[in-house]
Amino acid sequence: MASSVGETAPIILAASRVSKSFGEIPVLFSIDFDIRPGEVHAVIGENGAGKSTLIKILSGLEQPTSGSISFDGQTVVLPPNGAAEAMGIVLIHQEMNLAEHLTVADSIFLGRELKKFGFLDVREMRKRAAAVMETLHVHVDPDARINTLSVADKQMVEIAKAISRDARVLIMDEPTAVLSVGETQTLFEQIRRLTARGVAVIFISHKLDEIMELAQRVTVLRDGQLIATVGTEALTPDSIAQMMVGRELSNLYPPKHEPDVDAPAVLSVRNLSALGVADVSFDLRRGEILGFAGLIGSGRTAVAEAIVGLTHRSSGQITLDGKPVDFTRVSQSVDAGLAYMTKDRKGKGLLLNMGLRPNLTLLTVKKHLRAGFLDSASETRALERAVRRFDIRARDASVAVGRLSGGNQQKLMLGKTMESEPDIIIMDEPTRGIDVGTKQQIYHIIAALAAEGKSIILISSELQEVIGLSHRVVVMRNGRLAGVLEGAEITESEIMRYAAGIKQSGNDERISA
Amino acid sequence: MSASAPDTAAKPARGFRIDLKTAGPLLALALLVLLGITLNENFLSYSNLTNVLARSSFIGIIAIGATFVITAGGLDLSVGSMAAVIAGVMIMVMNWLIPSFGIGWSVVLAGMASGILLGGVAGVFNGLMITRGRIEAFIVTLGTMGIFRSLVTFLANGGTLSLNFNVADVYRPVYYDGILGVPWPILVFALVAIAGEILMRRTAFGRYCAAIGSNEQVARYSSINVDNVRLLTYILQGVLVGVAVLLYVPRLGSASSTTGVLWELEAIAGVIIGGTTLKGGYGRIWGTVVGVVILGLIGNILNLQSLISPYLNGAFQGVIIILAVLLQRERRTS
Ligand SMILES: Nc1ncnc2c1ncn2[C@@H]1O[C@H](COP(=O)(O)OP(=O)(O)OP(=O)(O)O)[C@@H](O)[C@H]1O
Ligand SMILES: [Mg+2]
Repeated sequence: MASSVGETAPIILAASRVSKSFGEIPVLFSIDFDIRPGEVHAVIGENGAGKSTLIKILSGLEQPTSGSISFDGQTVVLPPNGAAEAMGIVLIHQEMNLAEHLTVADSIFLGRELKKFGFLDVREMRKRAAAVMETLHVHVDPDARINTLSVADKQMVEIAKAISRDARVLIMDEPTAVLSVGETQTLFEQIRRLTARGVAVIFISHKLDEIMELAQRVTVLRDGQLIATVGTEALTPDSIAQMMVGRELSNLYPPKHEPDVDAPAVLSVRNLSALGVADVSFDLRRGEILGFAGLIGSGRTAVAEAIVGLTHRSSGQITLDGKPVDFTRVSQSVDAGLAYMTKDRKGKGLLLNMGLRPNLTLLTVKKHLRAGFLDSASETRALERAVRRFDIRARDASVAVGRLSGGNQQKLMLGKTMESEPDIIIMDEPTRGIDVGTKQQIYHIIAALAAEGKSIILISSELQEVIGLSHRVVVMRNGRLAGVLEGAEITESEIMRYAAGIKQSGNDERISA
Repeated sequence: MSASAPDTAAKPARGFRIDLKTAGPLLALALLVLLGITLNENFLSYSNLTNVLARSSFIGIIAIGATFVITAGGLDLSVGSMAAVIAGVMIMVMNWLIPSFGIGWSVVLAGMASGILLGGVAGVFNGLMITRGRIEAFIVTLGTMGIFRSLVTFLANGGTLSLNFNVADVYRPVYYDGILGVPWPILVFALVAIAGEILMRRTAFGRYCAAIGSNEQVARYSSINVDNVRLLTYILQGVLVGVAVLLYVPRLGSASSTTGVLWELEAIAGVIIGGTTLKGGYGRIWGTVVGVVILGLIGNILNLQSLISPYLNGAFQGVIIILAVLLQRERRTS
């Protein structure tokens, strides 16, 4: 619908022959990019391809090393530090940028607070914040503090903040990485409303189906080079993926090896209750990939955190290899061969101001002690191994992890978890923010781990991923176990039925089946 | 979310450029030494230098403890008052033991042991209130700062606690003597610094401190026992205050309510000048040593010249602290 506006309207924002280097390392080479009012223009590429860097240049947060930016047909130097917002260029960061101690309403109006008689009009701001959140179907209290929100809700607050500004160009860097299907659809509705009003939207995502659905044009970057800018109608997800990675991508999901139905349960959870979890029971067998599906906030992460001892359990029994365990500290579960990889890599997974090495070995520092002292050579070897195994791309190991591209951070975190050589791995959204090529690698790693007898719980909001990898799927809803699916039952519609509460497994009879 | 990097992009080998963030404190120290030499030929004299360093040792040893506390995201404002209480109690213990032990090293050793023990206990108290009581470190140590200060005033009955003259004679060499002409306080300071540097750089404990100060949640999710590590930093701080005091007592042989006043600020200032980030996550011991020596030299140089009033000592120290923090901020904007 908006495409007619897009094709006729004059270009609003353009980059021409833009290059960027950090120090002596070039990350963008002579990129041309433009966007028209009412258009959704997607930028895709592998992790570290330079997508975030490009849009930072387009919003003034970084200055190009060479090349120029034009806005409304005029060559401009965009003001730094987000001042380009005043010109109507609004950026939603990949890494969330909210002040943790402000309330939701404060955050949405940060920097352009409403005033009455010179004083803050708190009531009006709260009312309007509630209204914006309402259009996004987000149920958070405008008075809630940001640091009490879930990652998904924080992302929605960022989106609300951007939408409520009078943006002419709205730039979103992987806004859907932390959103569930439903939330993504709501966001898309809002984006379509904005483009119908003539707002230009630049959209970065690793989810190719989203791009096919939303964008009119796609720009593909690879290693800082512009590969192509093409209309979406000429594309299929496969052809985009091929342009991104530079090779053909077949078999995103590795073949599932036959699960051994007689394999012993390595982890049994009975009647687990904790904050956000009620009466959850399930078994995990040796060599099995057990998917955990459900809406965001359905309690999947809460189950994992209660098992490994990060949060307090109010009741329930957990047995590991038949022996009852009661973890109250993460170190106990790690020692017992059970590792949990968080989905919040910036808040809970990685030390952003430190280098790759201390991050990789943080969980397992003790392995690198010689006579009580840290053996940096041994740590370096571990890093070299992990870099090879997980294909972590960093300029050098001393760069602060916060400066890595999102996908490489995720791979580093996976490496960190695997350093503890766990027998049971709980992976929470392991491919969040990861490009298709790397996803494929990670899927193969997960399958290989299972094939060699490790057991994996895979929490994911990407149904395709759960379906493509899991031997069985647990669906959660409102903190409870809604159903367990096996074999041919594992389909998108069946999972959604349980997740939405349309269907409910009669009793526990399937749980340990 | 701005990522603060302790060291920005490792420079490629070619293109020599001094990294101000790393070398800043060393550069400042070198400048001060040059200034000292030009102002007064006595500056470089052996007696002047050992004098400055010996006086800096007390703050220095305490500041090394503070480096761990601050790196782990904490703060200890009570160290100055704690030093006063420890000095007071040590003196009382020694005086009290004379009848049973007689004048001699056994009394002095018992006094030293009591000092270190008391420091450890004070650290345990601070640490437990902060980690188990879940009270802000600033509040807890502000509280204990007042408690310790009034305790020493109470013990001294508002006056001065003096060490028995004969015991003081036995004890005096611990401040004034040394090995090969290097006074004990400097030797101990050096030892503590080396041990501290190793502890910070080369052990799991040091790594954990930085991790906790950098992001407590990440540390928790990485199976680090955050509370215990934090508690340990406060105990270490307390013990090091004890060590500093047992070197300090023989200097004057007395303690009063004015002992150790403002030491906490000097220690924290030394830590910050040395390049440790006040909000935690990155600390370096050698930096703290340089920072404390810089503070000591400023006072010394002001005393050695006649152009500027030595009363401006505090002002100069303040300027240096602010400069150091400015440099740190530079580090954070990429
Ligand atoms: N401030 C910086 N200093 C140094 N290098 C940087 C900086 N910001 C980005 N880089 C480097 O530039 C390259 C491109 O990074 P960018 O974040 O643009 O990738 P991306 O395409 O957004 O990847 P992802 O999909 O993983 O988010 C990476 O190699 C990254 O390490
Ligand atoms: Mg990015």
